[in-house]
Amino acid sequence: MPEPYDDGAIAGTGAGGAMDLAASEATTLERTPGGPQGTGPAEKARSLWSDAWRDLRRNPVFIISSLVILFLVVISLWPSLIASGNPLQCDLAKAQEGSQPGHPFGYNGQGCDVYTRTVYGARTSVTVGVCTTVGVALFGSFVGGLAGFFGGGWDALLSRVTDIFFGIPVVLGGLVFLSVVTSSTVWPVIGFMILLGWPQIARIARGSVITAKQNDYVQAARALGASNSRMLLRHIAPNAVAPVIVVATIALGTYIALEATLSYLGVGLKPPTVSWGIDISAASQYIRNAPHMLLWPAGALAVTVLAFIMLGDAVRDALDPKLR
Amino acid sequence: MLLEVRDLQVEFKTRDGVAKAVNGVNYSVDAGETLAVLGESGSGKSVTAQAVMGILDMPPGRIAGGEILFQGRDLLKLKEDERRKVRGSEMAMIFQDALSSLNPVLSVGDQLSEMFTVHRGMSRKEGRAKAVELMDRVRIPAAKERVGQYPHQFSGGMRQRIMIAMALALEPSLIIADEPTTALDVTVQAQVMDLLAELQRELNMGLILITHDLGVVADVADKIAVMYAGRIVEQAPVHDIYKAPAHPYTKGLLESIPRLDQKGRELYAIKGLPPNLMHIPPGCAFNPRCPMARDVCRSEVPPLFDVAPDRQSACFFWKETLDG
Amino acid sequence: MGRYVIRRLLQMIPVFFGATLLIFLMVNVMGDPIAGLCGDKACDPSTAAQLKKEFGLDKPVWQQYLTYMGNVFTGDFGTAFNGQKVTELMSAAFPVTIRLTIVAILFEIVIGISLGVVTGLRRGRPVDTVVLMLTLVVIAIPVFVTGLLLQLLLGVEWGIVKPTVQPEAPFNELLIPGLVLASVSLAYVTRLTRTSIAENARADYVRTAIAKGLPRRRVITRHLLRNSLIPVVTFIGTDVGALMGGAIVTERIFNIHGVGYQLYQGILRQSTQTVVGFVTVLVLVFLIANLIVDLLYAVLDPRIRYA
Repeated sequence: MPEPYDDGAIAGTGAGGAMDLAASEATTLERTPGGPQGTGPAEKARSLWSDAWRDLRRNPVFIISSLVILFLVVISLWPSLIASGNPLQCDLAKAQEGSQPGHPFGYNGQGCDVYTRTVYGARTSVTVGVCTTVGVALFGSFVGGLAGFFGGGWDALLSRVTDIFFGIPVVLGGLVFLSVVTSSTVWPVIGFMILLGWPQIARIARGSVITAKQNDYVQAARALGASNSRMLLRHIAPNAVAPVIVVATIALGTYIALEATLSYLGVGLKPPTVSWGIDISAASQYIRNAPHMLLWPAGALAVTVLAFIMLGDAVRDALDPKLR
Repeated sequence: MLLEVRDLQVEFKTRDGVAKAVNGVNYSVDAGETLAVLGESGSGKSVTAQAVMGILDMPPGRIAGGEILFQGRDLLKLKEDERRKVRGSEMAMIFQDALSSLNPVLSVGDQLSEMFTVHRGMSRKEGRAKAVELMDRVRIPAAKERVGQYPHQFSGGMRQRIMIAMALALEPSLIIADEPTTALDVTVQAQVMDLLAELQRELNMGLILITHDLGVVADVADKIAVMYAGRIVEQAPVHDIYKAPAHPYTKGLLESIPRLDQKGRELYAIKGLPPNLMHIPPGCAFNPRCPMARDVCRSEVPPLFDVAPDRQSACFFWKETLDG
Repeated sequence: MGRYVIRRLLQMIPVFFGATLLIFLMVNVMGDPIAGLCGDKACDPSTAAQLKKEFGLDKPVWQQYLTYMGNVFTGDFGTAFNGQKVTELMSAAFPVTIRLTIVAILFEIVIGISLGVVTGLRRGRPVDTVVLMLTLVVIAIPVFVTGLLLQLLLGVEWGIVKPTVQPEAPFNELLIPGLVLASVSLAYVTRLTRTSIAENARADYVRTAIAKGLPRRRVITRHLLRNSLIPVVTFIGTDVGALMGGAIVTERIFNIHGVGYQLYQGILRQSTQTVVGFVTVLVLVFLIANLIVDLLYAVLDPRIRYA
């Protein structure tokens, strides 16, 4: 097997669409060189993070994207802080009207206030992104970690299972799987994205566990008779977790974009859920006459996705000593 | 004189400030002569050599002053294209780690023949024949069969021979060898060093040997320049230095060589750490580590004092050092 | 090498069957496979029972799957909702999508790699920062938004290209759709190339090449690019499968009658055979593309040996 590249640069390229691509750049992290010999793993991991933190505090990209994300989280928890209207209260008479006092973003095709809907849409997107990422990260690192740690037959079996889920194109899978769903909640979409998203993290986790396992101090711990669970938790996990966090952060943005894409294809979220994807999709048929209906939710979506990608990017750069 | 470096100054711009890597270095080499440049890592010995070769990374590097006279011309005044024609054909460099210094995806034959096709306008076929000839010359067995192989297929010693062959390809008048044997097994070190010395005699080349290994130096060098914190602290014919060093730093270096006749005695080590190039101590850079340091060492930079003909020391107390 | 290929082919088998079984199960969950067969109305019970028997739908799912796969291997992908052979649909749809994918790949290679090389060599300069930001913006905007906007601006407002593509889908009409399809991957190719170039530019062997007195152009093309493009080539290779599967969004925007279009129709009409057939072929394409990429390593990087 061509191991040096097997889990790195091309790890994420399979499933098509937006979900898989974050991995391509996280590759360098897996080869993070060990610190001075003799320092313990936990200590090393701690200094890795504290070095990164010192770097991040001064990085404007990190600060800006963190502020954007903080803002998004706040308005998804309390949308009424900045939007007084009701996103579901619409007046058909005002359909497609442009910007006017009190309604800066104008009205959409159903005469709903675009500003209010854009603000309320943040909650859906953040929920979808966060829940999917947590699910993918937990399940993916679990499977990938087991495969990488135990190796041999377990690795072969789990890697094949990973390949199977990886081999299904995401958007197509979404069309097939979600077209039967009638629920208008966010859960089927989240469930589906976890179902096809976990292999990406599993591959990253497997790769970094294998790398961590080969470190001298881990070999030493093994030679000293450390138990499996102790090795995994104390020696391997602290150092394998960084690439997973980076990729997951970047992936979070792409999950939000994927939800919108699925909604555009008509199989994602459904009204009365308020979502940027639904609004963009609905606006696309009015794009010639009333582009504002599309641009505001699309802009909000792009800024959100961008914020997560840039946050992940900044964290990765900070964690990668080679780029210093 | 073949090469004369005069008052060379090199700085590196880093995020935390300017690092002064070379601060006014003077040395010279004649045809057929071997100059050994000695020093710890960070002493500026490699940077000086890279400046001579014209392969410094600029930026972040910057030549802040000085002259590099090669066969009477100041290389720093040449245009990049003229400079390039000097590299490889009139002066060549041998690097420490042959495995990483050879291109992993090109056969050694391609990498050797490139010298002839690019600099001499030979055809690929002629270049190939020359490559085999060169490999024979550095005594690589079965050169004809191995010319198409890749660097990773050779042993460490053989790879370093290929590096030497590449440097000698166009019979340059100056060779710079940057720790050419450090990465090799002890048994192979002597062979490679002997080969290099032999070829140097044969072709009457000037050789700058950069090393921190005093053992290697004694056998092959004619004169020694000892560097510390970007300056030459002592310069002398090789035997004089071994007999009686005229600088406390040189003395420390010599005393830290393990010797069989002093078995059982504790090994001497120079106390303290090499200085941070961004904050070089005022006065003599070595003063914080020097057992003989007085007030003057902390306030004034010692010039190079003439100790004897062809011999200088940058120590205010060179006499005392020499005597005791 | 031969043994490696065989081992990889053997590894592909469970993945292929696993992925197709997964899709088969999903489609079966999806709904009533014969619902579309009696026109717009629901079938009356007796016809339904007869149809079910005819298609073997009264048997357990695993048996249906085996029968289906058996047929597939004899080249019989079944019948679509309108009585057309699925293979016929495929022979109409795949050439279109393949053309679209070729256009997209060309964009990735030409634009993505060029931008990556330029920025990688000028890391930290303004051009690098600008391109890097642009790639992030492209990645952040969902493909369907990029597509709709490009279609609106180039096709409708400025009238530079036709906003939709004719059924024959000639290459020149596929330029904009190809760019849209490539957009996100293109951004990744740029970033990947940039990272790889910047990393390798500091490699010892590049320093050696400079010390050999080679002209800058030769140092870059022969020494730096050759090494840096290994991960990029493999990315693009695996992307072939991903692009064909992801073409569904682009095809919908520009009304291209390719694989995505047929699949979309198949799903709307609940035509099990169409959906499973097309996805099976796509999974196969994806797996083969990955295999070829793995074998490409050996060609590109002599250090890699297959045991």
